[in-house]
Parts: sequence; C-alpha cells; structure tokens
Amino acid sequence: MNFLRATLAVIAKDLSGELRSRELLSAMFVFAVLVILIFNFALELDVKTRGTVTAGVLWVTFAFAGSLGLNRSMAMEKDRGCMDGLLLAPVDRSAIYFGKMFANLIFMLLVEAIVLPLYSILYNINLFQAGFLGVVILGSLGYVSVGTLLATMTVQTRTRDVLLPILLFPLAIPVFIAAVKASMGYLQELEMEAIRPWLNLLVVYDTVFTAIAFMVFDFVVEE
Amino acid sequence: MQPKPKALTYLDTFTAILFLISVGMVFFYAPMEAVMGNVQRVFYYHVAVGWVGMLSFLAAAIAGILYLKSKDRKWDLFALAAVEIGIVFTFLNIVTGSIWARPIWNTWWTWDPRLTTATIMELIYFAYLMLRQGIEDPERRARFGAVYVILGFVSVPLTFFSARLFRTIHPVVIGTNQPGAEGQFDMTPRMVHTFLFSLFTFTFVFIDLMWHRLRLGRFADQVEQLKLRLSL
Amino acid sequence: MIVVHKLVKRFGLKTVLRGVDFKVEAGEFVAILGPNGAGKTTFLRILATLSRPSLGEVSIAGFALPTQAASVRRRLGVVTHLPLLYGDLTAEENLRFYGRLYSLDSLNERVAEVLKLVGLFERRSDLVRTFSRGMQQRLAIGRAVLHDPEVILFDEPHTGLDQEACAMLDNVLREVAARGRTVVMTSHDLIRVSELASRFDVLSNGVIVASATREQLDPDQLLAFYRQAVHQSQGSNPARLPYEI
Repeated sequence: MNFLRATLAVIAKDLSGELRSRELLSAMFVFAVLVILIFNFALELDVKTRGTVTAGVLWVTFAFAGSLGLNRSMAMEKDRGCMDGLLLAPVDRSAIYFGKMFANLIFMLLVEAIVLPLYSILYNINLFQAGFLGVVILGSLGYVSVGTLLATMTVQTRTRDVLLPILLFPLAIPVFIAAVKASMGYLQELEMEAIRPWLNLLVVYDTVFTAIAFMVFDFVVEE
Repeated sequence: MQPKPKALTYLDTFTAILFLISVGMVFFYAPMEAVMGNVQRVFYYHVAVGWVGMLSFLAAAIAGILYLKSKDRKWDLFALAAVEIGIVFTFLNIVTGSIWARPIWNTWWTWDPRLTTATIMELIYFAYLMLRQGIEDPERRARFGAVYVILGFVSVPLTFFSARLFRTIHPVVIGTNQPGAEGQFDMTPRMVHTFLFSLFTFTFVFIDLMWHRLRLGRFADQVEQLKLRLSL
Repeated sequence: MIVVHKLVKRFGLKTVLRGVDFKVEAGEFVAILGPNGAGKTTFLRILATLSRPSLGEVSIAGFALPTQAASVRRRLGVVTHLPLLYGDLTAEENLRFYGRLYSLDSLNERVAEVLKLVGLFERRSDLVRTFSRGMQQRLAIGRAVLHDPEVILFDEPHTGLDQEACAMLDNVLREVAARGRTVVMTSHDLIRVSELASRFDVLSNGVIVASATREQLDPDQLLAFYRQAVHQSQGSNPARLPYEI
C-alpha cells in the first residue's frame, strides 16, 4: 500500500509542479510543432503522400519531443539534489521509477493530445480513431518505460543532454517500427490481420522493458 | 606484472594455425558456387564474424548481469572487452555483407532485417562506449554500463523481429530448398565443412582476443594504482 | 546508536575512507571536522544510506547498513548542502509531498507544526524558488525532522549563509537537538560548531585522527586541537589496505 501511495505522490508532485510552471509541456509542445513545420518543408506532404507518411512524421515528432521531456523531467530531480530526497524516504526504489514513468507518460500524452488535433486540422486527416489512439498510447508507454530508466542514468553523466537520444533511440527502434506500421494500418484501414502482429510486438516490448526497468532501477540510483 | 602465460602463447599459435587452414579451405577446398561465383566465398567470413559479433554481445550481457550481482570489477572489464571486440566484428559483418550484396543484388546496402539489426547493434555498442565516456566514477561507470548492455541485448531480438516483419531479402541459407529466391544457394558437403570450420576458427579468435584484452585491462589497472601511490 | 567499524570507501582505485572507527551514543551531538577532501561528505552519505560501504561495518539504531538500509531510513533525517526541495512547489506542498512518502498521519497538522518550528509558517504558500538560501536551508531542516527521526545528519549546513541566516539556523539546530535526538554534523565552521556540539571528531586522510568532548576542550582550544590533529595525520603515510598494491 505504501508503494502505491508513494507512486501516486510522485506523480501528483510532478503534475502539480508542471501545472504551475508549464516549463516542460510548453517546451515539448513548441518543439513538436517546429518539427512538424520542418517536415512540412522537407517532405512533400501533398494529399497523395500524406496517407503513407503521416504515421512516420508523427512518431519522429513524438520521439524528439518525448526525449526532451524525459531529459527535463529527470534533470528536475537532479538539480536541487531532489533525487537524494526521494532516495532517503523509506519507499521502494521502484515506486520512484513507476511514479516518474507515469508522470512522463502523462506529459507525453498531453503533448500528443495537442499535436494530433493540430496535425489533423493542418493536413485534413482524421486521426481520431480508437485504434490509432490506442497505438499512440502503447507506443508512448514503451518509449517512456525505457526512456525514464535511461534518463535517470544520463542525467548523472557529463554529456547529459546529448547522450539520452544516443542511448534511447537504438533501443526504441522496435517501438518505432511497430507503432508506425500499426498507425499506418489503422489510418489506411487495413484488416486486423495486418495490424495485429504489430500490436503484439508493442505489447511484448512494453511488458518486457517495463519489467526489466523495474528490476534494474535500483542499480541505477543506488551508489 | 605477470609474464605472458604459456597457455596464451599456445592459444595464439593454435588460433593462427586454424586461421591459415581456414583461409586455405575457403579458397581451395570449397568449391566455387554455381550462380554467384567467387564472391560467394565472402560468406564464410561474413557469417563467422557476425557470429563473433553476437557472441560478444551475449558475453557482454552476461558479464553485465554478473557485475550487478557481485560488484566485482573484473566483470566490468570483461563487458568492455567484449563490446570492443563486438564493435570490430559487427562492423566487419556489415562490410562483408555489403561486399557480397553488391554483385548479387546490385546494391551496396539493403534494409533487410539482418543487416538492419546488425547496424542497430553496432549503434548500441557505440552508445555503450559513449555512456562510459561520460562518467567519471568507475563504479558508476561499471553499473550503468552493465544496465545498458543488458537492455541493449534484450532489444536486439525484438529489433530483429520487427525488422523481419517489415521486409525480407536476406538469403535463408541453412536447411532450406527454395531455388527461386535470389541470392540463395544450397550448400554442398564441402561448403558445410568450410563454413563450420570457419565458425570454429573465429570462436577461437574471439577467445584469444578477449584474453589479450583482459590482460591489457589488468595491466592498465595496475599502472593506475601505482600512479595513485606515487601521487599520495 | 551509530556504530562504525573499519569503514572503507573506495571509488574505483581511489580510496577515500581508510578504515574509519566511529561511535555515537543516543543524544550526543557530534561535530566532524576536517580539511577539504578528507572524506566528510562521503562519510556522511554512507551514514545517510545514500552510498554503500566498500568494506567494514556500519550500523544505526541496531540496523546494519547496507542490508537493512530500508529500516534505517525511517529513523533518519538528513540535511545536505543542496536543499532537496522542489522549486516549483510551495513550502507547504514540499513538506506534504515528503510527508506522504513517509506515510505520516495527520499530515496537515504536522506540516504546520514543522513550518512554525523553522519560522516559515507565514511563507508557507510561497514557491520555494522565491526563497533565499537561508530560508531554503531552514525548510530543508523542516523536511528532515518532519517524520520525527531519532538521528539527524547535517552536511555543512552553514555553507553559503550570511550571519543572520546562520544565527537563525543555529536556533533551529538547538531546538532540534534539544529533543534528545542524536546529531552528527560535518562542518568547516569551528566557531559555530563549538557552541552547538558536545563532541568534536577530526577526520583527516581517510580516518578519524582525534576526538575530544566538550568537557575536555575549551572552545578557544578547539582551533589548536584541530590544527594539531590534521598536521599530525598529514605527516604520516596511510596504512595500506589489503587490496592495494
């Protein structure tokens, strides 16, 4: 019970802090919009190609904005030594992990919740299908589960900001591939048989990596 | 500083001999492949170095787990050595794959699952080294390295499956009979011998290199300790 | 209360603590003095369960570290020179958050009580970001005593504070120590420490080289005592540990 209470306390703390300063969310959001803008000029997002390219553009955007958020979120703990404060408390270390992970997930979902309608309007595509949104959630979860663990490490290194994408992206490739293919499947209204293997892959990835992160988090925070 | 152990010298010689025999087999013993010609001989090295790359990763991941359990520095050195060797051999794997691909598929690069996964594995290796570089404290460096190499190792099969679901033109070599697919070939008994011998040789190359690298690491440690003593 | 036996801490090939022996009875207020780089912060972090010993035994309130660290944490309050506070939350919210992590009952009353203790009740709804360093330090002490720990550790708490802030801090320290708690404080500031502590230990070259109680030492002798201890230890070569060449 203490575990759950601690996890919820961490999530609540992150959310209330962010509600007040909106530093993280605004940075992530502005960055995401800029990335989409760049894509607009870099790729031909005309009506024909839009169908095939939308999923990819969106996921690249989420990946970059997401890594920004992860960095900031863990840097917040490091800066005033707050991580020590969390470690001094008589709580399971994994409660800290889950708390940060879900807070990071919520932030990422919030940014996605604004970016998706924006993209829909700009490019006249309906992104509001249950399947597609489900993929967004599953993919974000996988990304954030590994990302939180890695960000906890990189924030303790010298090369902090640069290092997180370098460590994270190779590990997150299965998430990207599966999320993009599944998203595309839903957008192009393919049959479930074509989409299901990708969904399975996402679920497997999410489960495996959350489990490993949970087991390994202690080693990343204890000295 | 201990002198070089006799066993290591024997291993060096043994490995060198194996390698020479292997080269001999590849160029003289194995027959020329009907469709692809001499370029097919690259295959004997391509798979062998790829095998060493994967073996290195497995060794590093196991060393990572052992380090986290025991906090013994020797496992950290082991993981680092394995990754360094893995980087070289995976790179060779990619390059030989490319050399082979060019005449067969008329392209230097294909986004096929095995090649893609090998590239990503290479990137994970590099990321591991960059992670280590950014950390001053040796204990933390070892711990984080161990965690990352374990994560990396687990991600590789998942990456492979996703890349495979995505696309396939890599020849499936052993145990299939589909003459229709491009770039494939059935292996005659001589080819099988050469292939297996090549794998055998490179396994010894791996062990030999690891041993040398571990010795080097231990000497470096001793030098560090002596330096510290002088500065006190 | 605190028992440390032959504590060794190494970072890779470098050894910072070389077999520290240290004992504190319940209710004592021990000041650990020492030159920069002597290992005071490292030592305190090990006592605080934030760092693990490489060799040796440490136990607090009968629990061995690091194996029983979880049981120790509830009884421990720690103040480092970083405030360990969230800038975007108010003073009250910060304390409430930590209170939840410690599963405290009647949280609101306790938070109010502590805020009054450290003299920050009027500023309870202000963001910690707006606090001066002195105020943050006082709030940090509040955080440390929130769960009423038996043992409190301070790592150079006066760092970066002006005279007035230091005086305020000392008042809080005295109050906190008065309630029969065990206190260990590392410090550079001999004058401040001479008024607060009941015992003075000197850590130099990775070991405790000298120890004197209040009765044995007049405040004006403290500086000489400290200087002599450090000077002596820096002359001698440290004993070699088993794993060193």
